[in-house]
Amino acid sequence: MKLFSNLISALEITNKTNAKIEALVNYFSIAPDKDKLWLIALFTGKRPSRPIKTTLMKVWCMELTELPEWLFLESYSTVGDLGETMALLLPAPTHKLDLSLHEWMTELKALKPKSDEAKKAFVLGAWSGLDQQERLIFNKLIGGSFRIGVSKKTLVNALAKFSGIDTNQLMHSIIGNWSVEDMSFEALINGKHINYDNSKPYPFCLAYALEKDLHDLGEPQDWIVEQKWDGIRGQIVKRNNEIYIWSRGEELVTQQFPELVEAISNLKDDFVIDGEILAMKDNDVLLFNDLQKRLNRKNVTKKLLEEVPIGFYAYDILEFNGEDIRKTPFIERRQALETIFNSMFLPDYIKLSFVVAFQRWDDLNAIRNNSRAINSEGLMLKQKNSPYHTGRKKGDWWKWKVDPLTIDAVMIYAQKGSGRRSSKYTDYTFAVKKDDALVTVAKAYSGLTDKEITEITQWVNKNAIEKFGPVRTVKPELVFEIAFEGIALSNRHKSGVALRFPRIARWRKDKPVDDIDTIETVKQLITAP
Amino acid sequence: MSKENQLIKFTKKGIYCPQGDFHLDPWQPVDYAIISHGHADHARWGMKRYLCTNDSLPILKHRLGQDIKIQGIGYGEALVINGVRVSFHPAGHVIGSAQIRLEYKGYIVVFTGDYKTQPDFITTPFESIKCHTFITESTFGLPIYNWKSEKVLQNELHSWVDTNKSNHRSSVFLGYSLGKAQRLLSLLEGVDDDIYVHRSIHNLNQAILDSGFKLPKTKLWSADLDKKVLQDKVIIAPPALLDSRMLKRLPNPATAICSGWMQIRGNRRWQSVDAGFAVSDHADWNGLIEAVKSSGAEQVYVTHGYQAVFSKYLNEIGIKADELVTEYGDGVLTTAEVETDKANVK
Repeated sequence: MKLFSNLISALEITNKTNAKIEALVNYFSIAPDKDKLWLIALFTGKRPSRPIKTTLMKVWCMELTELPEWLFLESYSTVGDLGETMALLLPAPTHKLDLSLHEWMTELKALKPKSDEAKKAFVLGAWSGLDQQERLIFNKLIGGSFRIGVSKKTLVNALAKFSGIDTNQLMHSIIGNWSVEDMSFEALINGKHINYDNSKPYPFCLAYALEKDLHDLGEPQDWIVEQKWDGIRGQIVKRNNEIYIWSRGEELVTQQFPELVEAISNLKDDFVIDGEILAMKDNDVLLFNDLQKRLNRKNVTKKLLEEVPIGFYAYDILEFNGEDIRKTPFIERRQALETIFNSMFLPDYIKLSFVVAFQRWDDLNAIRNNSRAINSEGLMLKQKNSPYHTGRKKGDWWKWKVDPLTIDAVMIYAQKGSGRRSSKYTDYTFAVKKDDALVTVAKAYSGLTDKEITEITQWVNKNAIEKFGPVRTVKPELVFEIAFEGIALSNRHKSGVALRFPRIARWRKDKPVDDIDTIETVKQLITAP
Repeated sequence: MSKENQLIKFTKKGIYCPQGDFHLDPWQPVDYAIISHGHADHARWGMKRYLCTNDSLPILKHRLGQDIKIQGIGYGEALVINGVRVSFHPAGHVIGSAQIRLEYKGYIVVFTGDYKTQPDFITTPFESIKCHTFITESTFGLPIYNWKSEKVLQNELHSWVDTNKSNHRSSVFLGYSLGKAQRLLSLLEGVDDDIYVHRSIHNLNQAILDSGFKLPKTKLWSADLDKKVLQDKVIIAPPALLDSRMLKRLPNPATAICSGWMQIRGNRRWQSVDAGFAVSDHADWNGLIEAVKSSGAEQVYVTHGYQAVFSKYLNEIGIKADELVTEYGDGVLTTAEVETDKANVK
């Protein structure tokens, strides 16, 4: 595992994408084929299911080190990563095991059905034959994320640099259904399998936030403007009587939305359509907060289907009857989409995303400002001649969101982060006033600079009330401006409200705690649709 | 008054000895300060009189001013102050660092200051002292902190330098001027013909050398040095230099932070450097426990670091321990030394 271990060390230490790509290319040029496939599988979420429960590993580690559980947990909350905590606590290795990544993964897969005793013997054997870094990797191979900042995009760029193959094709090749056992590295990167696979999605085309004046975009008639709906981006793939729904995270979510599958299966053509999955009732789009009740459920019950009905707004068409039409101008794809929607019978909840009519750029301001009233996040501006790009490209598509809502709140809890952030208090809970007390309104993880985080960490260390455990209650003293995209009433939250995408807009060092918002002023931000 | 109370009392100015009428590493100005070592959170400015080891003396003068009123004695030598026998014993932390032993009417208190039990190539090794009351630091008082041996560290540092050289990169090690810099010098000796040090380290080294202490040879890394001279070279600089223009001007440098905190991945990755080495001048978990046990103390006080965790654990294994709040250390990553370094850099 030396090669893989060295790769992980090289990847984790740098936050420069080019250095990461360099390290990956180096790995692709020296590692055995099966190891390379495992690397791709591990970094694209295709790891086999966890063969051993984490709780068991924790117990074995405590047995071996003879540490009390509270001390183990204290170590864990400092390190912020269970696999790493165990790697650091375990006694020094007694011998040297040298297996390749493929061999380890094969052994781990075979372990899944075995007894707990057999699993224990295997894990203890591995721990005693691996050094600290290899042990950490071994623990991660069993389960857990590496958290070293290698995105699919980075991986694909490295593969492209190594092989000379087009990045789009590589992205297409590595997502979707394949397994290490039935695939060779050559076949995978050359995409031999992708023609046979009905499920393959295309990489989503993503937009940057508008960063210039509308008037600098050119002529208004060269653009199509739509609402930016606030649900989850989805790609409906229909080929050879099979239907697949992919989320933007490149996960298959087909089973979660049976009403979409049912409606689509009545259509005769094959196509790939990009759109937004939304909670929708009586033609109205509901809040993301409602949609959330439908996400990541193992079973979608009849009750749930009735409570939170789903709808779909179609944005674009990428493939029609087997032909990839992503390069044709958006205006033509839009027309094709309209033709399909007009010629077929579709239920109410599957709609074409409507085009916002406007003459002059300035007309858009009022429409954008009204977005929140129809539960939209703002506007999307798309160049009429734009192709359907792979990933995020500047220039052709822009998102122009409504300005966020903001409140001033005080920090009441701080928790350490994970990965790179494990040594710092980076996750905070905020409260506003409710009568004479405070009530929690939001958790936020982002929005501060490293320097500010370091400053807050030092402050938390001095002002924390607890001494043990990962969460620190702090004196309500630090005030922050919290920005968020939307707000809804909620009975799951003690405050009675749920905020959408809360983040820290800035640290209000100038504001005393007395001046923070009250729950009443927060609730006034709710606008009925 | 109990014997312990005659010897030590915890006041807002620092640890006070009522019988001897002096303070140990006080954080507010007092008349008579006995100093464990030269780091800024232990040796502070503004005391009327200082007492420290002979090896610490030039360091204190260098950092606090040539005109301070100061006396030095050797390791193991004793001075009787108002009937209290005061002596210094090696702490293995930095050059000149000592545990302070107080004895009065057969009762013994040991204050460790900062210490490291594992031997290195440069500091006088830690000596365990029997006592009744043991006041210990706890900077790395969690079982995840266990250091590699000096030999293993040496190999790691050397091989990192070799790799950098083969990639035509210079190797920059960041560690604070007092302690880490000299330790790194001892670890890196022989890796290259020339080792360059930043001026703040150079000046401190000069003070140490002037007192007759031996250090590996170095060259001064000054801002006006030709860039090409530093190609592939080894440079030691204080942490405050990270992200500085001086560092950025180097031709293709690889930068490593050297600190016990680098044991944890998150810490290594927090700052954008090329490597992090867990080189610490403090005792690791086993070192702390070993030191407490071999002191034979019936009462332990735990100061700066993981004092809550470490004292709880000591009580669980049958050693009476209490937390002691001090103004040493900082609880997180970079300590007061960094601030001092920042001042020195300017």
